[in-house]
Amino acid sequence: MFAAESSYHRAFPVKGGDFAKAGNAACEIKELLKDIGLDTPTVRRAAIVAYEAEMNVIMYAREARMDLTVSPDEVHLVVDDRGPGIPDVELALTEGYSTATAEMRELGFGAGMGLPNIKRNADVFAIDSEVGRGTRLDIIIRKNGHVPS
Amino acid sequence: MIVLKDVLALLDGELLTPATSPEAAFRKVFASDLMSDVLTSAEPGALLLTGLVNTHVVNTCSVADLSGVVFVQGKRPAEEVISQARTRNIPLVTTKMTMFEACARIAGHVQDGGHVRR
Repeated sequence: MFAAESSYHRAFPVKGGDFAKAGNAACEIKELLKDIGLDTPTVRRAAIVAYEAEMNVIMYAREARMDLTVSPDEVHLVVDDRGPGIPDVELALTEGYSTATAEMRELGFGAGMGLPNIKRNADVFAIDSEVGRGTRLDIIIRKNGHVPS
Repeated sequence: MIVLKDVLALLDGELLTPATSPEAAFRKVFASDLMSDVLTSAEPGALLLTGLVNTHVVNTCSVADLSGVVFVQGKRPAEEVISQARTRNIPLVTTKMTMFEACARIAGHVQDGGHVRR
């Protein structure tokens, strides 16, 4: 599918609070990765990461850009949002810690599993957040990388 | 492993996506109203039992490779959700049973090696 050194890139804008369109970007990313011909476990991990990240933007941020880059060996996803930022990143990475509202929980989200699940499915995970500015996630999912237990 | 026709019989369920084959098979069963838990713990190919009926259920199944959904307590999703599931080839079932009863019946079926008890 790829020539040596080649890669595919596409950006997906996500609007905060737009629950009606929640999941559209992740589903589109999944279809793209399938069409590109990546193996099923890698596609699944990338889709879960994209969906959790997209839901976080919709629940907490004003807007974001999700940058997807696919190369022969890996999926690279950068999610850069403009939003409130995370005051305590370590705490936000703790399973079960959540600041979600009742409305978010009624939709089946906000259980405090989003960021930990992104980290769990990623081969490389970096987070940079500034209160009042926003949060940036930098994630790499390697083809034939680890499968979360 | 459990097949769709057995799920319908065990739960006295109604198939909301009639084009689906009754022989569709599910490798595992997972029950939750929390899509966060589905994304964390459900296995690919599983059947999801849930009380949620919004579009996020179908999106979550699609993203995490789950193969079907049972809505418990007589809940019915909006036509938009059914249409979305049809497009993605995800069978939807509704049952009047509670989550507990539906889970118990399916668990009993699996333990009995696949015999449908009515």
